[in-house]
Amino acid sequence: MSTTETTETANGAATEPTDDVALFDVDHPAPVIEPPRKRTAKTPKASRGNFEMQTWLFMRLSGIVLVVLVLGHLLIQLVLDGGVSKIGFAFVAGRWASPFWQVWDLAMLWLAMLHGANGLRTVINDYAERDNTRFWLKMLLYVATVFTVLLGTLVIFTFDPNIR
Amino acid sequence: MGTATLEKNDSAGPVDSAENSASHLITVTLRIRRFNPEVSDEPQWQDFTLEIDPKERVLDALHKIKWEIDGTLTFRRSCAHGICGSDAMRINGRNRLACKTLIKDIGPDKPITVEAIKGLTVLKDLVVDMDPFFQAYRDVMPFLITSGNEPTRERYQSAEDRERFDDTTKCILCAACTSSCPVFWNDGQYFGPAAIVNAHRFIFDSRDEAGEQRLEILNDKDGVWRCRTTFNCTDACPRGIEVTKAIQEVKRALITRRF
Ligand code: SF4
Ligand code: FES
Repeated sequence: MSTTETTETANGAATEPTDDVALFDVDHPAPVIEPPRKRTAKTPKASRGNFEMQTWLFMRLSGIVLVVLVLGHLLIQLVLDGGVSKIGFAFVAGRWASPFWQVWDLAMLWLAMLHGANGLRTVINDYAERDNTRFWLKMLLYVATVFTVLLGTLVIFTFDPNIR
Repeated sequence: MGTATLEKNDSAGPVDSAENSASHLITVTLRIRRFNPEVSDEPQWQDFTLEIDPKERVLDALHKIKWEIDGTLTFRRSCAHGICGSDAMRINGRNRLACKTLIKDIGPDKPITVEAIKGLTVLKDLVVDMDPFFQAYRDVMPFLITSGNEPTRERYQSAEDRERFDDTTKCILCAACTSSCPVFWNDGQYFGPAAIVNAHRFIFDSRDEAGEQRLEILNDKDGVWRCRTTFNCTDACPRGIEVTKAIQEVKRALITRRF
């Protein structure tokens, strides 16, 4: 795509660019540039039930809950009561002794991970052009998500304050 | 507005207007992205400089080029008055109708860029293949569906019921919205705003009985849920339809099943 190749004014406009005349003509037109994936009569009328609607709703609802959870989390961890300097092994151990904070952190972990993963899923759906790329990116995303969620859950539930 | 411009042009004639009113003509440069598969596989920008009344429209400038300078310039237009929807193009980076865009409104002191709308196959110069666009339109069944016997007289509808979908009846299928949508650029399988607007027109029509069916179609993975609320479509629509709002109303109808 050259911007200045044929910069012609009113009078000279009739002349054609000459560099690739030999390549394409009326009988051998160049291939037109098609968009990555386009709709045709055969475009699969895939019905995935309500999945897309549920993920869309989930994004809205988890977003609202996360605002409370994350802001509360940041406030407690970083602002109140001496700020970030208070955080240490003992602080974490003390918090996770209470089921309330366990549930809080668990909810935050699950919601944030699923919210983020679903966001990335839509980004991949929007921007990956080839079916293969899309498939493998999503696989990578799902594996990473499941791994992080399970590892985090395991830590919250099996945390041992007496470990040394 | 368009009419006034045209009449003036007709009565004065190109020669007369050049002589009598040369003072208010200005020199503008149109930088047009041209593509001709019979010449090259690469699109190229070509500049045309012409004298034109700033109150003329971009379409008039394109006509001037096609009729007086370079007959090979290819573009679609039919009504020239913002009704048929055939001349949507990307002017200075925004989707507009060439026949509704006045030269004076788009900064004629700099070159005006004109290119085909994005996300559809360019066939030549400003002409794109509209088939995928109309396929999505067909897929939402844009026609009245009812059951039972046809009434002998017209189907009545209250003014309020009509008001419910008034906005989306204005669509002229120009594709300015769909081809301004970043989701559509990357994945043309998304229905696109225009198809949803036209589904909205029937879903919320009290006389139509296939609302559920159309909602199911738009519930598909390439349906309304792919909308990212970018508002590009609302900005692009030459008819001033609140496109994003219509899409949101379809989403809401899908969740609450009330429409
Ligand atoms: S909604 Fe507006 S921009 Fe989209 S096709 Fe209809 S008239 Fe054109
Ligand atoms: S030519 Fe008909 S809408 Fe512009």
